Amino acid sequence: MADLRTMIGSLTLKNPIMPASGTFSEELAEVFDLDCLGAHVTKTITRGKRSGNPVPRVCEVNGAMLNSIGIPSKGAPWFLQNTLPFYRDYEAPLVISISANTADEFARFAEEVSVPGVAAIEVNISCPNIEDDGKAFAMKPGATGDVVRRMRSATHLPLWAKLSPNTGEVVEVALAAEEAGADALVTANTMLAMAIDSRTGRARLGNIMGGLSGPALKPITLRMTYQCARAVSIPVIGCGGISTVDDVIEYLVAGAHAVQVGTATFISPSTMPRLVRELDEALDSRGLPSVDALIGTVDVTNEAVAVAEMRDGCHAAR
Amino acid sequence: MPASPCVVPDSISRPYSVHEVDCRVKTHDWVNGEYRRLVLSAPRSVLDCEPGQFFHLLCPQMEGLQPYLRRPMSIYSYDRIRGELSFLYKVAGTGTGTLARLQPGEHLNIVGPLGRGFEIRREWRRPLLVARGVGLATLAPLAGECARLGRQLTAVCSARSPDLVMSTDLFRFFGAEVITVTDAEDNSDVKSLTLLIEGLIRTRGIDAFFTCGSARLLRMLQEIGARHGIGGQVAVEQHMACGIGMCQACVRTFLRDGSTFNLRVCREGPVFDLHEVL
Ligand SMILES: Cc1cc2nc3c(=O)[nH]c(=O)nc-3n(C[C@H](O)[C@H](O)[C@H](O)COP(=O)(O)OP(=O)(O)OC[C@H]3O[C@@H](n4cnc5c(N)ncnc54)[C@H](O)[C@@H]3O)c2cc1C
Ligand SMILES: Cc1cc2nc3c(=O)[nH]c(=O)nc-3n(C[C@H](O)[C@H](O)[C@H](O)COP(=O)(O)O)c2cc1C
Ligand code: FES
Repeated sequence: MADLRTMIGSLTLKNPIMPASGTFSEELAEVFDLDCLGAHVTKTITRGKRSGNPVPRVCEVNGAMLNSIGIPSKGAPWFLQNTLPFYRDYEAPLVISISANTADEFARFAEEVSVPGVAAIEVNISCPNIEDDGKAFAMKPGATGDVVRRMRSATHLPLWAKLSPNTGEVVEVALAAEEAGADALVTANTMLAMAIDSRTGRARLGNIMGGLSGPALKPITLRMTYQCARAVSIPVIGCGGISTVDDVIEYLVAGAHAVQVGTATFISPSTMPRLVRELDEALDSRGLPSVDALIGTVDVTNEAVAVAEMRDGCHAAR
Repeated sequence: MPASPCVVPDSISRPYSVHEVDCRVKTHDWVNGEYRRLVLSAPRSVLDCEPGQFFHLLCPQMEGLQPYLRRPMSIYSYDRIRGELSFLYKVAGTGTGTLARLQPGEHLNIVGPLGRGFEIRREWRRPLLVARGVGLATLAPLAGECARLGRQLTAVCSARSPDLVMSTDLFRFFGAEVITVTDAEDNSDVKSLTLLIEGLIRTRGIDAFFTCGSARLLRMLQEIGARHGIGGQVAVEQHMACGIGMCQACVRTFLRDGSTFNLRVCREGPVFDLHEVL
């Protein structure tokens, strides 16, 4: 039995496996004991009611799916009254994901949901479905910093900033979130994508564009995890395309302190408990005492060798 | 009219009522030129199911990584004593296409039972089942349940041609009066069916409608039902991702007490009140 515990700022998780927002809900308690998870992460909620996007809201592409669910939300009061009490029976810390239209609204909402029973707030500044063409706060360091800073002064709860793979400024956004007071980063949300039915010429999602998730997303979000873990000193939580224990290990090795599992739960609802078990076995079989022993151990010597070879090659050519 | 978010409270049923299991294929045969019946050897845990519920099938991945998502499929029959669960389906695309290649002895991973099935209310004594095409798959176990509860059953089975009409023997076995209509015989259009059904209301005292699948039949039954004060239930379909209520992919808009709201087909359905479906 390896030590599976991991620290995300002030929070100790009993293992690094938790669900990704929007791919988890109370219903999963009908499949397995939710207390085997490191944490619980709710679907993103907004303060007011929202009905979400037109159907079809999902479609599949090779090795991945696209979704344009949007953020249907029953609103904050409903959430606090009906959803929150459900999680009180569990030991796993509850992380609630929130979204809003302005930095100000984010701050007020954070204050409203800073109630007993909530262990941390995940700041969804990266949903590609809520704003026009995926223009989320997490596209820009300035907007990211604004939101997190305003929230920081509105709540004492840990803030996890969920970043977007759609930005070209990954490291700048990560640093802006850290500097503004985020306690952790989640890398990442879905990637803006599109699918067309070649037969009919029609877009396959009711909302035309949507977010790509599942195995095909992994190389991108793994790269982001690596970039962010190198750049910031707060913990990074990897997310994107995880379905096997090897995927989990890759993220930990890239520098993640924990991981979130999303789409894989749709394919196999018992994925998360399986990953907890298999991670334990994998650490044992490698003779590693703890999850910590894996974190950030990525071997990048190849990179150095390749660069050296190239330089030599250039010399020779000259 | 914009739909407001789902407002119906929803309780989590006893823990571990949904299972993910690998089932061995017992038989897998053509029923006619279009439909196949897949019989699985299933553990007792998943057989606590009821008519109208469905399973989420992990169709074999054969073409590259496709299909990726699971496919929802209604329960066609279940037998707790023989440990059997079966589905009746039509090959529609990638997923059902690879499903069709499963051989006896091979395994299929299924998740379920899922969703809310049919409810045969006490006051519904003489129900009418109206089914077209693969909708029969969903209504067949309901016929069995009606028989068990001693209801006088009538079934209207519609298809493109007489050779595609299915399960009439099964319905008759359950004591149903079976009427078949087909496009080929030109008696399956809404006008002819409306006449037929209004006749059945008079002669057989039909007091409830059950249907599934076809939007055209649903509208027709809603109209007839509204005229004659007859209620009922309908099983609807929607594209799904999780199948267990987590992702909100499968919503449809419903009308209740004058206001509209979105409900999840996989969770609050797939069976809904006939008159609430928009
Ligand atoms: C609750 C429920 C019960 C069903 N029961 C039966 C049954 O007993 N027998 C039967 O033959 N069919 C049934 N269907 C329809 C069946 O799920 C689809 O025919 C099947 O998903 C098509 O998959 P495909 O890959 O072959 O087709 P494709 O067209 O390649 O599918 C592409 C995507 O669209 C989805 N999709 C396509 N058509 C439907 C549909 N009608 N409903 C939901 N999603 C769809 C698929 O799941 C897949 O994600 C049921 C659907 C639902 C929602
Ligand atoms: C159907 C669906 C709904 C999602 N909803 C949300 C959401 O509400 N908030 C959020 O931050 N991320 C949401 N996501 C993104 C996931 O949390 C996750 O970041 C992404 O799917 C990548 O992980 P995966 O490949 O393991 O699924 C959603 C993803 C899916 C597939
Ligand atoms: S398919 Fe996910 S909620 Fe219905």
